[in-house]
Amino acid sequence: MTAQVDRPTLDTVSHAATTPDTEQPWSELGLKPDEYAEIREIVGRRPTSAELAMYSVMWSEHCSYKSSKVHFSLWGENTTDEMREKLLVGIGENAGVVDIGDGWAVTFKVESHNHPSYVEPYQGAATGVGGIIRDIMSMGARPIAVMDPLRFGNLHHPDTQRVLPGVVAGVGGYGNCIGLPNIGGEVVFDDCYQGNPLVNALCVGAMRIEDIHLAKASGVGNKVILFGARTGGDGIGGVSVLASETFDEGGPTKRPAVQVGDPFAEKVLIECCLDLYAAHVVDGIQDLGGAGLSCATSELASNGDGGMQIELDRVPLRDASLRPEEILMSESQERMMAVVEPGKLDEFMAITDRWDVEATVLGEVTDGDHLVITWHGEVIVDVPPRSVAHEGPTYHRPLARPDYLDQLQANGTGTLARPVDGEGLKSDLLTLLGSPNLCDKSWITDQYDRYVLGNTALAMPDDAGVVRVDEETGRGVAISTDCNSRFAKLDPYTGAQLALAESYRNVATAGAVPLAVTDCLNFGSPEDPGVMWQFRESVKGIAEGCKTLGIPVTGGNVSFYNQTGDTAIHPTPVIGVLGVMDDVSRRTPSGWKAPGQVIYLLGSTRDELAGGEWAHVVHGHLGGLPPKVDLGAEQLLGDILVNASRDGLVDAAHDLSDGGLAIALAEATMRYGVGARIWLDEVCERDGIDAFTALFSESTARVVVSVPRSEEVRFTDMCTARGQVHARIGVVDDETDGLDVQGHFTVGLSAMTQVHTRTLREVFAG
Amino acid sequence: MKVGVVTFPGSLDDRDAARAVRAVGAEAVSLWHGDADLKGVDAVVLPGGFSYGDYLRCGAIARFAPVMDALIPAAQGGLPVLGICNGFQVLCESHLLPGALIRNDHRKFNCVDQRLVVENASTTWTSDFEAGQEITIVLKNGEGGFVADERTLDELEGEGRVVFRYAGDNPNGSYRGIAGISNERGNIVGLMPHPEHCVEEGYGPSTDGLPFFTSVLRQVVSA
Repeated sequence: MTAQVDRPTLDTVSHAATTPDTEQPWSELGLKPDEYAEIREIVGRRPTSAELAMYSVMWSEHCSYKSSKVHFSLWGENTTDEMREKLLVGIGENAGVVDIGDGWAVTFKVESHNHPSYVEPYQGAATGVGGIIRDIMSMGARPIAVMDPLRFGNLHHPDTQRVLPGVVAGVGGYGNCIGLPNIGGEVVFDDCYQGNPLVNALCVGAMRIEDIHLAKASGVGNKVILFGARTGGDGIGGVSVLASETFDEGGPTKRPAVQVGDPFAEKVLIECCLDLYAAHVVDGIQDLGGAGLSCATSELASNGDGGMQIELDRVPLRDASLRPEEILMSESQERMMAVVEPGKLDEFMAITDRWDVEATVLGEVTDGDHLVITWHGEVIVDVPPRSVAHEGPTYHRPLARPDYLDQLQANGTGTLARPVDGEGLKSDLLTLLGSPNLCDKSWITDQYDRYVLGNTALAMPDDAGVVRVDEETGRGVAISTDCNSRFAKLDPYTGAQLALAESYRNVATAGAVPLAVTDCLNFGSPEDPGVMWQFRESVKGIAEGCKTLGIPVTGGNVSFYNQTGDTAIHPTPVIGVLGVMDDVSRRTPSGWKAPGQVIYLLGSTRDELAGGEWAHVVHGHLGGLPPKVDLGAEQLLGDILVNASRDGLVDAAHDLSDGGLAIALAEATMRYGVGARIWLDEVCERDGIDAFTALFSESTARVVVSVPRSEEVRFTDMCTARGQVHARIGVVDDETDGLDVQGHFTVGLSAMTQVHTRTLREVFAG
Repeated sequence: MKVGVVTFPGSLDDRDAARAVRAVGAEAVSLWHGDADLKGVDAVVLPGGFSYGDYLRCGAIARFAPVMDALIPAAQGGLPVLGICNGFQVLCESHLLPGALIRNDHRKFNCVDQRLVVENASTTWTSDFEAGQEITIVLKNGEGGFVADERTLDELEGEGRVVFRYAGDNPNGSYRGIAGISNERGNIVGLMPHPEHCVEEGYGPSTDGLPFFTSVLRQVVSA
């Protein structure tokens, strides 16, 4: 027997107009005094509690980008007409879309789900994957793959034992069940993420160019339909404040702030949406993610050319006691909103019925210019939708270069003790191979299905994930995500460009032509001028770097407030680069197989160890200036790699980044268990470095490749003609057990594999 | 020859199974869970995935789908049926095959390139293999542990109905390392690994999945 609960009176627009002095919990909802005043000005009275709820979530940092958007002009300023050519849909839509040729369009985006994943690792990570997949679906695409850049605190910290297995199980649980191959990502450990793990999720989707859909509501009389899962009380953040004063023990009080995902429901929703698109019954479409119905209704209306009328009491509920404010805020998963012409409504409903997906007409597009929401016939929201969705506050936050930076940059790696003989080099190699950031990640990646859909041509641990898009021609895409946040800590502008350079290089290493960029900008509090400076520098670095490389940023995400107390994470601008291949069956794997092939090192090496893995692992040192960026060299190298792949000049290629040449050689050897003899003298002499520097420096624009003997002359001729620095440093040799670095050390395959594979398995036991 | 591929809500590898069917020159026919209609196909593949979200128990709800009302008697009458992963679970839930699949003993989803030994090369789906042949097939599941009582296991072994066994370390705690089994007639085969992911050079660890489909093609054509 339910006790009679006193319900708060419905706060209608007319009620609000007659009660201007009612105290409202705007502060508890995270609004600033001037923001509340501005809302009052926009609506010309005090907002109703439903309006206040909508504005509060839509004007949040997460939804409005209020601290970051003033810097986004940097994207536009650095995008040339040539870069725009391949861009079918740019920043601002659910995800960017690029033209990959033959009439195919690809959409991709990376987003963060950091805070929920710390609170509830499994569901936080799962719904992060689910959310980005819906963004891709809402562009009209079939999702074809996911990736997940993950960052955790110290591997051996007890809380990492709680967070990591949950996050990995959540990423796998959702992605495996929805049937998308997980083709890559990152797993990074650093103390700076201890209280602030980063769970970023990337999804890529493909469609024919004519099938692109957009989030807009136009056409007076068109129906607005909510379909998918029912709306429940999950994912309601601060909004419960609105009603909590009057809820007693008989009513729902504390709502969980983390959403709960159901990948089965989303799988059905994907297939249902694709059938709806194929039947041409959808005029506009929007997924329901952050800020739920508040976001979907206001964004659809704002992007359209009219107003919108919604009957909120028609929303199907999992919990009948939900208040209208809560329904507007709920972030229940697996929901979509479509705008449909009345004449196509029956066909729409027939398709959703076939998939057993619940669909409800909530209202329609009107010829007014307001979003009007009613609750059992009474108006509770009456606002200009742009003011909610797109015209939120903009902050010009103060920024200042942090004082500590001079000292940090002055503390270089010159004084760190370096190994003096072959045994020392070997010992450092093995230490690095077993270190948390460089060790084998298969304990994690084997929990993800990398084969489903049958189009995966490369996945972890190769440099990039590669999937086929067109089964007839083999046309497909390669994607990599990268960021060394220690570089960004030392110099955020350079660090961001280094992430861009590495991701670009990885895609080219797999044999694909880099085409477009998405980014997930993970930073501390924007209220800290030092963090804001890091943010500005990073955005500038990415934007200017993209201009030099001629590939546009198509979209992404900003995550602020990744800090504990006054201590922010290292600036972590994760960069995802997408490239295209005419035929992915010609992709280049990262390990060598064929004995007798010659190994070339492309690019030159300088003494650049600051922020690198050797200084981090062996000395726990962070200081100095990060490696130099040379985007011109990256472009040339990329061209060489793509041409070599196309013409069959290389059989394996592996990018040099974390841990330098030593790690790249070890990984290329362990990939298929085929050894190599290596000599470094020529490189050392040419670049004026010692063997240690040759092996462990993290200079950029470098890869190792293995070249069939029959193609060696053509390959070196191409390098010489194009001015690509290259040196023959070894030969693939199945007689050699592991690596024989001549004149310095030999290390057996099993010795390497053992230290490489045991690290995660020991910590996570089994 | 026409091979039906059933799509339940939550089926994931149905498109892959259809691709594998086409790879050997047969016609793939899509069968819908809600229709008790086999559309005159010569064989059926129950694909992998998470039918009905694996709610209740893997395969337990799919077993009651209308399409199964048509499939169960047809299979009992000799129609070749291959159940892959979730499809194997559906076959066990339907009692077309004995035993059950439970959570992996290490409690994790596991996706690996798995070596298998073909123990029986005389079933409808394995006649193009050699008995004792070692093959590599993708294994990916969270609930792949095959269990049955001792008597059933002895019966399966005695009648040569253990069709595939895991080579090397047992990846999931399956009793006696069993990866796949068949019915007495050998027309119904269920296994946890995914042959449909091993039919194209470059898109999987091997092409060892092709003989599954050439086998059934040959049997149906010669029948």
